[in-house]
Amino acid sequence: MKFDRLKEIVEDPWGTLGEMKERGKKVVGYACSYVPEELIIAAGAHPARLTGTREGIRLADGHLQSYCCSLVRGILEDGLSGRGAVLDGVVFPHTCDSIQRLSDIWRLNVKGGFHLDLVLPVKLDTDSARDYLVDVLKRFLSDLERALGVEVSEADLRASCLLTNEIRRLLHELYMIRWRRPELLAGADLHLLNRAVGIADRNLIVETLREAVADLGADGARETTKGNKNILLAGGMCSTPDIFNLVAEAGGRVVWDDFCNGGRMFLEPLRLDGDPIAAVADRFLSRVVCPCKHRGLTDRANHLKALATERGAGAVVFVHLKYCDPHAFDFPYLKAELEKTGIPSLLLEVEDPLPPGAQIRTRLEAFLEMLD
Amino acid sequence: MNARTDEKERKKIKAVKKMKEIMTFYYIDAKTASETGKKVAWITSGGPVEPLIAMDVIPVYPENHGAMIGAAKMGVELCEKAEAMGYSGDLCSYARSDIACATVNGGPIGGLPRPDMLVCCNNICGTVLKWYEIQARYFNCPLFILDTPFCHTSFSAEAKRYVRRQIDEYITFLEDVCKKPFDRDRMAEVGRLSIEGQRLWQAVLDTTINRPAPMTAFDAFFHLALIVTLRGTQQAVDYYRLLLDEMNERVREGVGAVDEEKYRLLWDNLPIWYRTKWLSDKFAAHGACLVADTYTSAWCSSLKYMNEDDFLESMAEGYTRIYLNIGVDEMARTVIAMIDKYGADGLVMHSNRSCKPYSLGQYDIRSIVERERGVPTLIIEADMCDERNFAEAQIEGRIDAFMEMMAAKGSA
Ligand code: SF4
Ligand code: SF4
Ligand code: SF4
Repeated sequence: MKFDRLKEIVEDPWGTLGEMKERGKKVVGYACSYVPEELIIAAGAHPARLTGTREGIRLADGHLQSYCCSLVRGILEDGLSGRGAVLDGVVFPHTCDSIQRLSDIWRLNVKGGFHLDLVLPVKLDTDSARDYLVDVLKRFLSDLERALGVEVSEADLRASCLLTNEIRRLLHELYMIRWRRPELLAGADLHLLNRAVGIADRNLIVETLREAVADLGADGARETTKGNKNILLAGGMCSTPDIFNLVAEAGGRVVWDDFCNGGRMFLEPLRLDGDPIAAVADRFLSRVVCPCKHRGLTDRANHLKALATERGAGAVVFVHLKYCDPHAFDFPYLKAELEKTGIPSLLLEVEDPLPPGAQIRTRLEAFLEMLD
Repeated sequence: MNARTDEKERKKIKAVKKMKEIMTFYYIDAKTASETGKKVAWITSGGPVEPLIAMDVIPVYPENHGAMIGAAKMGVELCEKAEAMGYSGDLCSYARSDIACATVNGGPIGGLPRPDMLVCCNNICGTVLKWYEIQARYFNCPLFILDTPFCHTSFSAEAKRYVRRQIDEYITFLEDVCKKPFDRDRMAEVGRLSIEGQRLWQAVLDTTINRPAPMTAFDAFFHLALIVTLRGTQQAVDYYRLLLDEMNERVREGVGAVDEEKYRLLWDNLPIWYRTKWLSDKFAAHGACLVADTYTSAWCSSLKYMNEDDFLESMAEGYTRIYLNIGVDEMARTVIAMIDKYGADGLVMHSNRSCKPYSLGQYDIRSIVERERGVPTLIIEADMCDERNFAEAQIEGRIDAFMEMMAAKGSA
């Protein structure tokens, strides 16, 4: 499969967004998958997932100490360097401590554009949290309306929910195809696609996905069986360096991932009956939590164990960004729980972009050898 | 006795003895709770302790325990143990120490008493959420989370409603775990004592407005323990009254904490527990007194939102709008107000690897403070408990250079 157009987009996200802007589209940057794209789309704007510049950090170091993840640093660099000037506004949700502070530092140093904090609840398992979440989303929508000078109708919201659901459905389908026949879609392409989903025009995404599904979907029976070297990638990072390829090169077969810009994107479609805002809220409440959120004590472990079993993964490779506290806290427990079900795991602590050198590869190879 | 030891005696804060006594009894009480039939709750340092006191539950503070571990220089050993358990060495060293300590009952007091419940308020960080989840699994005990939405620029009406509702949920939780009804009259009394304690603590801290300052931030780090652990009790009120009297007397007699106080500095972030004495001596040798800090004052920073006649009602706002749960610009304004109030000539920031919510943003606070008040800043890179992150020679060099710069500035 060739995603040439998407490749261009991913390689030059700011150029892409600039073009959209020239065509009169408002562009709203956001960090983290707890920002509801639906609301931004319904307000007539283009949601652009911020994943941070990957090289040439010069300015962000003047605002952030060394012990801050590369994602936060990269996003700030985009803002400070002026690349982010193309954004009409930014949205930071309440997730980890580092993103909280990133929001403040951005607000104080990056001028132009509106700035919204989406202070979501951290608990996602109580009635009061649900009510608060709905309140916050409603306020967010009215803030967006004011900032963008538009009025959003219920029909707008329904249309955007349909669009994002369609993306979810197609992505899920593509993941299923790849799961059955991994050779049909290279890991690098999947990674590219996952990145593009947050940047490109969402209609182009739908089109591309439809083509890909039609092309590749010649289906056939399920071929993937549980295999020792079937790998589930986990860690659900806010942005993912291309680890898919590395695993393949080391002799493993990535059958699924639980990344925030990957397999977690299409978890839980939106309910389309009833109030769209409530549907968005309920999706956040029912989707398996990010470690920055709380929904019981075993939610993530149960999810991961079930996912590994369902996808026939023989092992899990956790990928964390260095200095990412929430994911690091969950790791020992998740590892232990997986071990209980006989699934070994490996933790790779990385920066985005991946550091040069063979260290990660060597560790992966050693791990995969052990799985024989 | 020669004059020197005489002077040293005079500078010793007498209340220290009382404080040690109270803390010893407090920990004995907590550690024998299972024999006396009392319940024990582990609670975060910024957590709502008053309802626990009202329910006769003994509150225990893993963070205070973390500070003790740090001061006893046992942090490295426990942190390494946590790392062997799979926890990243970049995580908060309080959390690492405590998680490791729970499994071995180690540390200076042989571990904390087993909790009957956990109470976690995320007004200080997201770390505590993860940490308490881990302990709730480990001890298999109920966990209550008070979720206090971050106030980047404001405290919204919906956030207020949400937190207020959770206070009721908290009370129901306590009634369930303690199997007895919540006594609102007792609560009102505890609330009044809490506010009185906080006011007294603020008054103690404010005695350093005087020149020379009768105490330093290093003293405050020590005397803080009660406003954290026994807030809402008569004992805390009595103790701070005693301490305040002593400080006022020192002011009257002109007893300064530092010989020939020349410079007045403001400390930001948590103490470096395993080096408080070293740092205190180091600064004192330059005639520098750390007159105030953003850390110990956080336990009375919400007074402006509290209503002693309706504690439960005002709690929602008081617990949400604390120092760490606000935007960097509001933190900078607080720092500036403290610089003005205490007449500080410089700012010392502990850039604390353990604590991202406290540390990320410090560079911006430094710029704002320098711009608004022309006050210079020294940044010390370290960690509050994990001594492996303390480069002594380098830090010593930076302190010396900073103090020389202050001296040059003063004589210029
Ligand atoms: S991992 Fe958590 S913080 Fe990161 S993007 Fe996903 S939901 Fe957001
Ligand atoms: S990678 Fe971790 S620390 Fe960085 S923004 Fe995401 S959750 Fe926060
Ligand atoms: S030191 Fe910082 S990160 Fe650790 S518990 Fe305290 S506030 Fe949280």
